[in-house]
Amino acid sequence: MSSISHRNSTLFLLCAAIGMVGSAAEIGYLRAPRQYRIDPPVAASLQALKLMPNGIAGAPPPVYVALDKPYEKTAYDLSQGKRLYGWFGCVQCHGEGEGGRGPSFLDGWWYYGPSMVSIVASIRDGRPHGMPAFKDKMTTEEMWQLSGYIKSIGAYSANINAPARNDDRQTRPAENRAPAASQFNEGPIPVHVDQGPSP
Amino acid sequence: MLPLALCSCTGIQSVLDAQGQSAVLLSNLIFLIVFICAIVWLCVMAMLFLALFRRDRTANQNPTAERAMGRVVACAVCATVAIIAGLTVFSFYTTRGLNSLEDEEVTIRVRAQQWWWQFIYHDRDRRRMFQTANEIHVPVGKTVRVFLEGVDVIHSFWVPSLAGKQDAIPGRENVLTFRANRAGIYRGQCAEFCGLQHSHMAFLVIAEPEDNYLQWEDQQRGNSMEPREMEARSGKEIFMNKQCSACHTIRGTLAAGTTGPDLTHVGSRLTIGAGLLERTPGSLAAWIADPQTLKPGNNMPLVPLTAQELRQVAGYLEGLK
Repeated sequence: MSSISHRNSTLFLLCAAIGMVGSAAEIGYLRAPRQYRIDPPVAASLQALKLMPNGIAGAPPPVYVALDKPYEKTAYDLSQGKRLYGWFGCVQCHGEGEGGRGPSFLDGWWYYGPSMVSIVASIRDGRPHGMPAFKDKMTTEEMWQLSGYIKSIGAYSANINAPARNDDRQTRPAENRAPAASQFNEGPIPVHVDQGPSP
Repeated sequence: MLPLALCSCTGIQSVLDAQGQSAVLLSNLIFLIVFICAIVWLCVMAMLFLALFRRDRTANQNPTAERAMGRVVACAVCATVAIIAGLTVFSFYTTRGLNSLEDEEVTIRVRAQQWWWQFIYHDRDRRRMFQTANEIHVPVGKTVRVFLEGVDVIHSFWVPSLAGKQDAIPGRENVLTFRANRAGIYRGQCAEFCGLQHSHMAFLVIAEPEDNYLQWEDQQRGNSMEPREMEARSGKEIFMNKQCSACHTIRGTLAAGTTGPDLTHVGSRLTIGAGLLERTPGSLAAWIADPQTLKPGNNMPLVPLTAQELRQVAGYLEGLK
């Protein structure tokens, strides 16, 4: 009797082990294939932003939604965005997200709204009071990757997708953490008189 | 089989092809240790076979034979102690000899970073200091002292034919001295795993007679050459206006970025991308066109350029002799 139950438990353990290996293989198989360069037609579609007349918010290109919003969801794209943030000198004005000469991303206040289209448009065409246009300095894909990362810095909720950690010391909270609500209560840091007083 | 085993004994990156003062000391040490150990092994094997195939198995029953055997064992123990002590002393003196060179002629500060080498040639007069990347020239027979420093993570400076390894650690300064005994090109390689492109973090040490070295030094100290041809002139303009100048320095121009390698005399270097490719106008253009495909993960972003702009920038860089 006891030998049968022993055999049953062995069988169960064996099945569990096979199941675990199988699901690991399945997850590995489902991993998004790495694409270092997007197809030119996709890039062209991503360029076609539909913005409101005042340049704030608009509709995302249909291809972005059709691709299931990769730049906000793929860890690889978020990591690339993080690297681009350093490479293209964002730190000079926006710091590690806390702002400086330019507005902060951490405080949850977005002068031009938190939508991807607005952020891409800000990077692509620039904004008044010092934000330069990166139109001919970055590829379309790079602009979207960077926007996804910037959006993640100022997100209103925790996210399961995170960019890679820095090799050197972290100077700011992790990008995918739940934000500290106290930061939102203080209101935006005014960076220019023309942009009005803090609400 | 033997030629296959020996084919890596010579070449530009081999411990067994020692051409530097410390490398010779190290290879002498390893050859001596291997030689002595080989003799010891042969003796032990000879004794073993002697014992196995001895005919007279009753001989060791009497006290005289036992005493003789005791003497043999005592001698073997003494020999073992003497050999180990001797090798320890020899190893100690070799290690002490590695950094014993005092009369350094050239001092280079090495800042190892993901994934390339920044070399700053020191001089008492700050204006005479200059920088290069992934390639150093040294005078033959003169002592070179390198101060090693890691910028991001731990790297290790290793030119097998010239000297032993030395780590480059962030926030710490390690010193290594070496001297090339013969002119030639020696390859160095990062010897501490430092991330994705660790294997593509190589550099060249070009040892040349002192006259040639001084000439090279003079040329490196100077500012970059002003491009003459139309194509290179447009290339310069693009370099200054696009993202390139934010990370790279070209002395004598407005480009003064410090994140990437100094390109003042990139046209005089043999390789690009830390030993990744031979430097040719074609490889320069290929590198700029898509650095992330050639060396995935490296810290140079793709900056969109048209085919014509690419040719112009590559022409400009190629001309920076």
